[in-house]
Amino acid sequence: MPHDHSDHPHALLPPDPALRVKALETILTRKGLIDPAALDEIIDTYQNKIGPQNGARVVARAWSDPAFKAVLLADADPVLAELGYYGRQGEHMVVVENTPEQHNMVVCTLCSCYPWPLLGIPPGWYKSDAYRARAVREPRAVLLDFGVILPEGTRVRVWDSTAEVRYLVLPMRPEGSEGLSEDQLAELVTRDSMVGTGLPKSPPEAP
Amino acid sequence: MADCTPHTAPEPAFEQPWHAQVFALTVHLNETGRFTWGQWVERFAATLARHGLSKELNGGEDYFAAWLETLEAILAQEGIAAPQEVEATRNGWEKAYLDTPHGAPVRLAEG
Repeated sequence: MPHDHSDHPHALLPPDPALRVKALETILTRKGLIDPAALDEIIDTYQNKIGPQNGARVVARAWSDPAFKAVLLADADPVLAELGYYGRQGEHMVVVENTPEQHNMVVCTLCSCYPWPLLGIPPGWYKSDAYRARAVREPRAVLLDFGVILPEGTRVRVWDSTAEVRYLVLPMRPEGSEGLSEDQLAELVTRDSMVGTGLPKSPPEAP
Repeated sequence: MADCTPHTAPEPAFEQPWHAQVFALTVHLNETGRFTWGQWVERFAATLARHGLSKELNGGEDYFAAWLETLEAILAQEGIAAPQEVEATRNGWEKAYLDTPHGAPVRLAEG
């Protein structure tokens, strides 16, 4: 039913949990324990500034620059820090490389640990019980749900994130992407390909 | 698992404004030293596991319901926000919304 404002004599009542969150904010603000401006800044950051485009830049660079890739795989933290992708939930990052022999997939069976600085806030499916339970038990079936079919000889390795270690999948560079710039390559890198539940896009056909 | 089909359109980071608010509140309290992120994860994972016993969590609304319950429990335990105080303040906000004419800013009555 469309919401008709003229029918409402009073302000629209938020749902119960929203009122409870407001209550916590009110209490903590009164006690001087939180700064409401800091809350706005955090929301703005994750709604508008941080997202999978950060991870895509890292992947595109690794595809273009073998020396960068080697360092990234050996010890990701210092290079990511240098690029400015560090901080909250990115304290210890491990980058795992897909090869024809091994496809990597990331899950957090405990809750929803995720590399925020590189991928932003995890999507609903990453936080669902279905994904969290099935990714470990039957990763190939989960991949199939995502439309990913791997060659039979490719084994699947599942990495379980924790509060201490977050993983980023370095997907294989798509065929036909030779000669593309780093910016063009970054366009091919999807969020799911960096979680391991997808593959990068194919490059657009040359005109 | 229909939710697992790949989406092409960008999804909003948070489905509901209160999801973003409770998320930000928790991150801020972590950063101001109220708890470590490891402590948070331990408590939150326990809540999720308990909720997941009775139904399969969809990762959306029920995920943040578990998140809010965990934060309320921590703040109650730390003596920062007692359940009665949260309840009273919540009811105060509800009253403020119901008493405020539509379109006017909603403010909590003092006291």
